[in-house]
Amino acid sequence: MKRLLGIIVVLALVVAACGGSETDVQGLADGCEVGETDGDLNLYNWTAYLPTGLDAEDAGVVDFIVEFEDRYPDVNVVYTQYDSNEAMLAQVDAGASYDLVVPSDYMVSIMKGSDLLVKLNHDAIPGMANLDPSFSDPGYDAGNEYSVPYQWGTTGIGFNYDYLDDSEGMSWAVIFEPDENAEYLGRISFLDDTRETLGAALKYLGYSLNTTNQDELDEASALIKAAKDDIAAFDSSSYWTLLTNGDTHVAMGWNGDFLAEYDGISTDDFDAYEQYGYAIPTEGAAAWVDTMAIPTTAEHPCTAHAFMDMVLEPFMGGELTNYNYYASPNLAAEEFIYEDILTWEAVYPSEETMASLEFFEDLGDFEINYADAFAAAKS
Amino acid sequence: MTLHQGAAARPWVDRVLAINGWVIFVFLYAPILMVVVFSFSASPNVGRWGGFTLAWYDRMLGNELLMSSLRNSVIVALVSTVVATILGTAAALALARYKRWVGRGTFDAIVYLPIIIPDVTMAVMLLLWFTSIGVGLGLGSITLSHIAFNISFVAIVVRARLANMDPAMEEAAADLYADRWQAFRKVTFPLIMPGVLGGGLLALTLSLDDVVITSFVQGPGSTTLPVYVFGLIKRSVTPEINAVSTLMMVMSVGLVLTSLMFQTRADRKNRQ
Amino acid sequence: MTLLDEREMVEQEEAVNPRLEKRARRAESWRGFFHAAPAYVYLTFFFTLPLIVVYVFSFASRSNTGKPLLQDWNLDSWSKLTEPLFREIALRSLWLAILNTALCLLIGYPFAYWIATRASQRTRTLLLVAVLIPFWSNFLIRTYAWRMLLDSDGMITRLGEWTGLWGQLLFTPTAVFIGLLYGYLPFVVLPLYAAIERLDWTLVEAGRDLYASGSAAFRKITLPLSKPGIVAGSILVFIPSLGAYVTPDILGGAKTTLLGNYIVTQFTAARNWPFGSAMSGAILIIMLVATILYFRTDTRTI
Repeated sequence: MKRLLGIIVVLALVVAACGGSETDVQGLADGCEVGETDGDLNLYNWTAYLPTGLDAEDAGVVDFIVEFEDRYPDVNVVYTQYDSNEAMLAQVDAGASYDLVVPSDYMVSIMKGSDLLVKLNHDAIPGMANLDPSFSDPGYDAGNEYSVPYQWGTTGIGFNYDYLDDSEGMSWAVIFEPDENAEYLGRISFLDDTRETLGAALKYLGYSLNTTNQDELDEASALIKAAKDDIAAFDSSSYWTLLTNGDTHVAMGWNGDFLAEYDGISTDDFDAYEQYGYAIPTEGAAAWVDTMAIPTTAEHPCTAHAFMDMVLEPFMGGELTNYNYYASPNLAAEEFIYEDILTWEAVYPSEETMASLEFFEDLGDFEINYADAFAAAKS
Repeated sequence: MTLHQGAAARPWVDRVLAINGWVIFVFLYAPILMVVVFSFSASPNVGRWGGFTLAWYDRMLGNELLMSSLRNSVIVALVSTVVATILGTAAALALARYKRWVGRGTFDAIVYLPIIIPDVTMAVMLLLWFTSIGVGLGLGSITLSHIAFNISFVAIVVRARLANMDPAMEEAAADLYADRWQAFRKVTFPLIMPGVLGGGLLALTLSLDDVVITSFVQGPGSTTLPVYVFGLIKRSVTPEINAVSTLMMVMSVGLVLTSLMFQTRADRKNRQ
Repeated sequence: MTLLDEREMVEQEEAVNPRLEKRARRAESWRGFFHAAPAYVYLTFFFTLPLIVVYVFSFASRSNTGKPLLQDWNLDSWSKLTEPLFREIALRSLWLAILNTALCLLIGYPFAYWIATRASQRTRTLLLVAVLIPFWSNFLIRTYAWRMLLDSDGMITRLGEWTGLWGQLLFTPTAVFIGLLYGYLPFVVLPLYAAIERLDWTLVEAGRDLYASGSAAFRKITLPLSKPGIVAGSILVFIPSLGAYVTPDILGGAKTTLLGNYIVTQFTAARNWPFGSAMSGAILIIMLVATILYFRTDTRTI
């Protein structure tokens, strides 16, 4: 019996040490031509982040998947969705073979550093010329070697005008240290996201949201813990609905989600924009860029390049924003974006506001400290 | 509903129990009724009635992602249920009927472990395992995972049924039929049938409902219905989802009632 | 039949014809193994080995993506289990599981008793099926249905405001317990029903004669005799409750960290797979010990 157990353990160890086999995806990618495809596309994207199906129909926007399949009749798009960068990372790390993923800025640094991304073949993506110059050499990926910007946005506060007013600027204090007599107490929601929520607290306290100072982190964690008593929920995926149906009156969230909701509930008689607003707090907030990238577990890199090129076309880029209500990094797309989105301060903020925004960076091992700080805040 | 003779309690006790019983039934059915009723409501805002319509069912059928995840769920559930029921029933027979064989003690312990393990742990270890041995993540890995936890549940249910059975029946069968296989087919199997069916139904439900384990071991294009619902329901609770649930409930109830019908008929035949 | 009786029987049989019996026993042994073999192999490959891998990985070190690196073996993950944060989370989950189990038993017992004591078999079966039907719907949808019922516009909230008995329950601990009770009630009702239905009512009658009081007969006879049902039901509820996090997140507003979501976080946001493995491994050991101890209180097998 003991010997059997020993054999089993050794077997497990040996098997654990081996991995799967790897094809030379980088080699394949380097040889891709413009518009070349090499099989089906396994697309892995955030939930409801790409116009497709009935949702696209409802929004009056082109269906990206149908469009791609029409252009390349041999290609079938298999679409899977995720709701966090880390869930996507866990899948790719575990060897799931997706051809195109949509990681956020800091996740690109992480995946790049762990050799999980393929170097893009810029020759196969001529559409990159359409990008806004300020996005052509970002801090998380010099020269866009491994990724191409997809959409970008900010994190701020969505609110009901009946309870708050942003005519003199908004402060994070309204959710972290609200006035005792505020009518909206108990009707607040925070994002259920480690970096975002801790980041907002850090900005409020005057620190960088990429700090590696444990004391600052602990202070932010304590602030959230204290503020927790006055909130309704931590929510990252239905906070806009909670706001518009009255469960909350103030919510931390992403600009595009709020605006898409406001537009969605507006009818001929009711203009949601008169009732609800979005503001970026004066202390500063997070800005983020989501990108398209190709993992090393991909099996069809050329098809992935072709898809990226399609998304970067001016009209397609415009439609993407018209659906998501997030700003597009694509300069040429601006002529196709709806007028009210382009002029909206919430989507395209002023220079002044842009200066107060910070992008997330990967903090390596210190991320564990952030995770624990958030878990502690919630306990 | 009359009270069992031996359990005769004072009438007021019985009445209190009955009221309690009905209150609990209301509690159990409130959300279900809400789901069914609002799947026919024209208002996209779940909670306010907006007039009768079948539009959501129409939309549900047109939602490709939803339909493909439903298909995935059904395939995984059927395959894993069939395999788990066969393996689990055999295992239950081995444990209940044969008292001494190599490795029985260890097996007895292992069979119950998947039940006491928390979902998350099981999900974690299967993901780590599939990663280590290089098994691709997808419908296959999901099915393999479902079989793993379903074997135990089927085994427990069948074993309970076997424990309640009269061994004299089987001994009589062994005398009557020269062939063990015949004895099994004609006597043992029909007798344990309710147990096998019960175990199979349990396995089917567990597989169709599983979210945690499936979301860990899924792969490209292998989204199952509960995982799809988990991702989407948070964003927009459209009555489309209510329509799917109503449909699934009707299917499952239909399945259960049909099997119950067969069971009562079989029982009646057995008694003769 | 207890193990002792069985052994006696076998010995009696052996006394008749030792050589034939030995051959028959070996054939039995082989047949038993043969029946179990497929399941045995499957579970070894898809359960035992993965379990071993989890423990192996819990000693590994962490890469930047979170995946375990099979070098620099250390005890970091296990020592992290002694930190106050983990203890706080574990205790909270334990407390939630205990409360939920108690609530389920309290509400489930009278309910199961009522069903089990109906006179007609058909009525009992119908009632049981009626209990199960809601569970043929998807768990998430049921939970979201509760969210709809309990939110600011929901029917239960409106009912509460109208009667003046309660306000909005969503995102409070009450909502979490409602959701958990709803999800686990059948797991406690079924074993309780099975145990109570099988009771020898003549004993209860005798008890009533002896004690001359219904409640004493219940306490001293019915309750103890239904103990196997209580034990089985509480295990079926307690163990999943310990790892539960989806219901508390959806109905409670995700305001507390429980074991379940702390473990999941290690595989996602925290990118610390070795620690997640250590936690899973530790919980399994504790559950195993607890189950064995709990089962010692009842000598009958399931």
